[in-house]
Amino acid sequence: MTETMDRAGSAQVVDALLQADKVTMKFGGLVANRDVDFVIPRGSIVSLIGPNGAGKTTFFNQLTGMLEPTSGEITFNGKSIIGRTPYEIVEMGIGRTFQNIRLFGAMTVLANVMVGRHVRMHSSWWGSLLRLPAVRAEEEDTKRRAQELLERVGLPRRYEEDWAKNLPYGDQRRLELARALASEPKLLLLDEPTAGMNPGETAQMTDLIKQLRDELDLTVLLIEHDMKVVMGISERITVLDHGELLAEGKPEEIRANPAVIEAYLGKQATE
Amino acid sequence: MRGRRIRFNLVNLFLWLLGGGLLAFAAFGSFLTLVEGRIQPSQWQSLVIAGIALGSVYALIALGYTLVYGILFMINFAHGEVFMWGAFTAFFAATALNDAGLMVSNPVLAFFLVLATSMLVSMLVAIMLERIAYRPLRGAPRLVPLITAIGASLFLQYTARGFYGSGVRAYPDYTLFDGTISIGFLSLSVKQAVVILAAVGLMLALYVFINRTRTGRAMRAVSEDKDVAAMMGINVDRIIVTTFAIGGLLAGAAGILYTLIFNQVLFFMGFLPGIKAFTAAVLGGIGNVIGAALGGLILGVVEQLGPNLFLSGYGVPSPNQLKDVIAFSVLVLVLIFRPSGLLGRKENT
Amino acid sequence: MSTLLRRALMMGLFGGIAGVHVSLVGIVNTFQTRDLIADIVTIGSVLPMLIAIMVGWLAGSTPKHIPRPSGSTTLVHGAMAGGVVGVVLAALALLVDSVSLTWILVNARPQLANILYFEQGPGLGSVILIAGGVLLGVAGAGLHLLPRTIARALAISGVVTIIAALMEPFVGAVLRNVELRAIEGFLYQSGGLTVQGFILVFVLIAAGIYGWAKRGDRAKARVAAMPPDRRRAGKLIAYGVLFAILLILPQIVGQRLSEVVGTVGIYILLGLGLNIVVGFAGLLDLGYVAFFAVGAYTTALLTSPASPVLNPELPFWGALPFVIMAAALVGLAVGAPVLRLRGDYLAIVTLGFGEIAREIFKSAWAQPVTGGAQGILSVPEPLPFTRDPQSIYYPILFFCIIAAIAATRLAASRVGRAWNAMREDESVAEATGINTVKYKLLAFSLGAAFGCLSGAFFGTKIGVVFPDSFNILVSINALALIVLGGMGNIAGVMVGALVLVGLPELLREFAEYRLLIYGVVLVVMMILRPEGLLPSRSRRVELHDVSDEDDDDMYTDEAGIDTGRPVVST
Repeated sequence: MTETMDRAGSAQVVDALLQADKVTMKFGGLVANRDVDFVIPRGSIVSLIGPNGAGKTTFFNQLTGMLEPTSGEITFNGKSIIGRTPYEIVEMGIGRTFQNIRLFGAMTVLANVMVGRHVRMHSSWWGSLLRLPAVRAEEEDTKRRAQELLERVGLPRRYEEDWAKNLPYGDQRRLELARALASEPKLLLLDEPTAGMNPGETAQMTDLIKQLRDELDLTVLLIEHDMKVVMGISERITVLDHGELLAEGKPEEIRANPAVIEAYLGKQATE
Repeated sequence: MRGRRIRFNLVNLFLWLLGGGLLAFAAFGSFLTLVEGRIQPSQWQSLVIAGIALGSVYALIALGYTLVYGILFMINFAHGEVFMWGAFTAFFAATALNDAGLMVSNPVLAFFLVLATSMLVSMLVAIMLERIAYRPLRGAPRLVPLITAIGASLFLQYTARGFYGSGVRAYPDYTLFDGTISIGFLSLSVKQAVVILAAVGLMLALYVFINRTRTGRAMRAVSEDKDVAAMMGINVDRIIVTTFAIGGLLAGAAGILYTLIFNQVLFFMGFLPGIKAFTAAVLGGIGNVIGAALGGLILGVVEQLGPNLFLSGYGVPSPNQLKDVIAFSVLVLVLIFRPSGLLGRKENT
Repeated sequence: MSTLLRRALMMGLFGGIAGVHVSLVGIVNTFQTRDLIADIVTIGSVLPMLIAIMVGWLAGSTPKHIPRPSGSTTLVHGAMAGGVVGVVLAALALLVDSVSLTWILVNARPQLANILYFEQGPGLGSVILIAGGVLLGVAGAGLHLLPRTIARALAISGVVTIIAALMEPFVGAVLRNVELRAIEGFLYQSGGLTVQGFILVFVLIAAGIYGWAKRGDRAKARVAAMPPDRRRAGKLIAYGVLFAILLILPQIVGQRLSEVVGTVGIYILLGLGLNIVVGFAGLLDLGYVAFFAVGAYTTALLTSPASPVLNPELPFWGALPFVIMAAALVGLAVGAPVLRLRGDYLAIVTLGFGEIAREIFKSAWAQPVTGGAQGILSVPEPLPFTRDPQSIYYPILFFCIIAAIAATRLAASRVGRAWNAMREDESVAEATGINTVKYKLLAFSLGAAFGCLSGAFFGTKIGVVFPDSFNILVSINALALIVLGGMGNIAGVMVGALVLVGLPELLREFAEYRLLIYGVVLVVMMILRPEGLLPSRSRRVELHDVSDEDDDDMYTDEAGIDTGRPVVST
């Protein structure tokens, strides 16, 4: 699917699902991202790493329409996403999770996933008022799919009617994943999916992500701090530092890149 | 969200049409009014001065909203009632002093006594409000304290109605403040001069307090970041109480100044000035002390001048009936076009 | 001094202040005219006693971290607290009696002192007051020593009995209406309960509550154990019975009460609409009265021969579709400018809209159309129903049922879920694929439609539409009833309307203190039970056990960004 890239930054990709060109994001005088070029090959698992404050989450927020870049271009599936609202981008096929889990805590587990499917549903308000047969069928269908997804991410059925905020931490992460998957994304953005997990949970989550990618034809972009996860799961890695692209390549290339070691791994090693 | 360009869509189009339409309506109305020369220059002048006097009262109340908002990020909806309690206290204090003859024998002392009592009572009301209604709810979802504030506002209003009766009570006259003064071509009543001077004096005092005293600096620290302030050894609870107390003091002063202008008190009198002072605070940029003062003045003048300037040109009968409509339209327009207010920071990092 | 004792004395002091407040606001005086037990005890003089009982109960309770003291200590604390209440009230009575304060406090009349002294003069009166406070405080604290279920039954039946006494004019009227004069004579006499009536009501209610507490769970379990189709059938039967009762209600309760029921119905409609905006979508609209006003005025303009618009006029039912269309448009017009505003700003701006609407309807400028301050007269009846309270009840009932069904269905649909998500976290909702602009506007329009419908019936019910009926208090009223009942909950709206609109309509004495009581209800509910009496399940979770991370929710917006300003998004 992808050709080898000779060096960081000048990637030649045959089949890019998402492509960012010279994306710059400024907040007043503060530059959060500067001229970031970025490519996600279709079907791959790509990691975005970098020290704290490197602009990873800002970049994520631009991909999901929560922020609009000051300049630059982002295309998804060949179409620009600049200027689109978050919900339009969800509709185009980008789903996400959040670094600090943000579920609808006072809705049931099942309802959280059903909300996630909102963009793939068509019931109108007046259809719901009249309880049209099509609406009822869609509701049933959505419920069934939501249950399937819960099963897929490994949440037991007995949780369905519990409040999302009462789930254990690890299960909340799984639920957030299920909610994101409910919108049938082509590209799944995961913001530190293993943060706060113990090694066992982390391993399960890593396996789950790989498995989901394979079974659902996903492309995955993740922000991650845990180097073991990053090296174990990623097909390509992009390193940001101070808002700029520092390096890009296969895990082994990144591991060997002196600049990366200096900026990131080196620093972590001395800690 | 930050950094997002305003996109062209139907909602924005509607808003710009609405706002533009209102502004064009006002501008064309002003044009007609001015061309037809319906109102004499001296009338304009007295309207502006009345507006400044009223505006300085709004500004004093607005400061209470802004200070509390700056620290707790909540709208103290009951602040208008704090003002009303000040006005009632002023009324009773003035009546008592009038009966005791002090208003005639030593009117200046009487005025300051009345001012002091009404400020004190308003301060107590504000402190109790914080302690009973708001403190238990710190950290609750945002709408919860707002609903409490509405409840507290009703409670204070109807307590006043039960205690003091539901009728309008006329204020005793300060003979001291009768008459007019002229400065150059300006002429204003002594009452208006007193209102403006007292308001300006209090605002200067507040400015100095916030910028020059330890407590004032602590207040600013708390409004920047509560957690950090607490770590630096600032007693956040005490600062919050102080903030409410200062807001109460200013509202109490506003109470007596307002009654100087309008000469009457009523249990319902806190509602409209409260909302308008909130408008003034938003107009100036909520959380911004100078903004509140500026917003109050602008709103006062717009309210006094607006009906005659914007509406009378169209031949609208008794345009002054619509002055509240104009004041509220200002609020709506500000929030549509410049929600951060005139002096508000556009972005907060 | 032990912590608990100090606490008890503080409680007593607060209770005393509450007693002073109730006295000076005039509630004691007002209720002096009403008997609790005919010719023996007036409700006015019972109120301070109730405070003493409550204070005694509070003083007898122990905070979680303190071990419960012995029974006698609890009683002593109750006695101290109740005694303090008595002392404070005696001091008030003395003050009122000796100093003339009526020029400030209109209710500080000698008559008040007289009531507080139980008409026994200052000497004996203060003794009774203080001793009574002590005794009642002991009684209140004593509730803690009883088994929970019994204490609960006693407390609730006490309140119910007082309400039963207050309701004499209406319960009596109903009993006469259905030819049960004998019961009426047994229970009531000259505006209060008879002695035997008092005992009967108190015992019956207490026994009922106690029985339910003992057996209720078993009954519930039995229902839960039934097979689903039988449960469904049971539910249907219950609804059927309820519906049948609703159908014959006006005939049972008579003319005067039907009037009250009609008003409650109008507020239920209003509350159901506001519930969509506030309870479902989380947009605190304080200008909801604007929709009510638009509904009433549109109806009046289209149907009244007194209005210059449209000649010949439409009949009421012909105008209704246009009213709803006007509502939806006004909903959009109000919704659009406030879309980007965060919750509390939205509240104030909508409040501004409400006032703008009223001022414009009222102004001389709009007089040629709206009739200015005089309003529009002769709004026709909704034929074939008439303005008679027993007749107009039916169309109101019909629309209440429709609205309740509509609200229930919406809540459980894709739309309802989207609103829910939006209320909880707007930016995440958007990142989950919800077009928040669309759903906010939808909430405003649907809420407006309900509000306008309510306004239309308000107009046709009283036959006149004039601007001062549409002040901020209508919005506050509607808000208070959904807060009391439980935001987002449809049954809650009905309970809220019954309690907050029905009761004050029945108790004319209350009318003057209605808003004071609303104020207390709003504050107390928000502090003690923000999810309302009948919470929707999700609200309870949302409002309680606020976890540590949410602690600074009030100061930061969803993204954790400091919000010194109102904009959140578009």
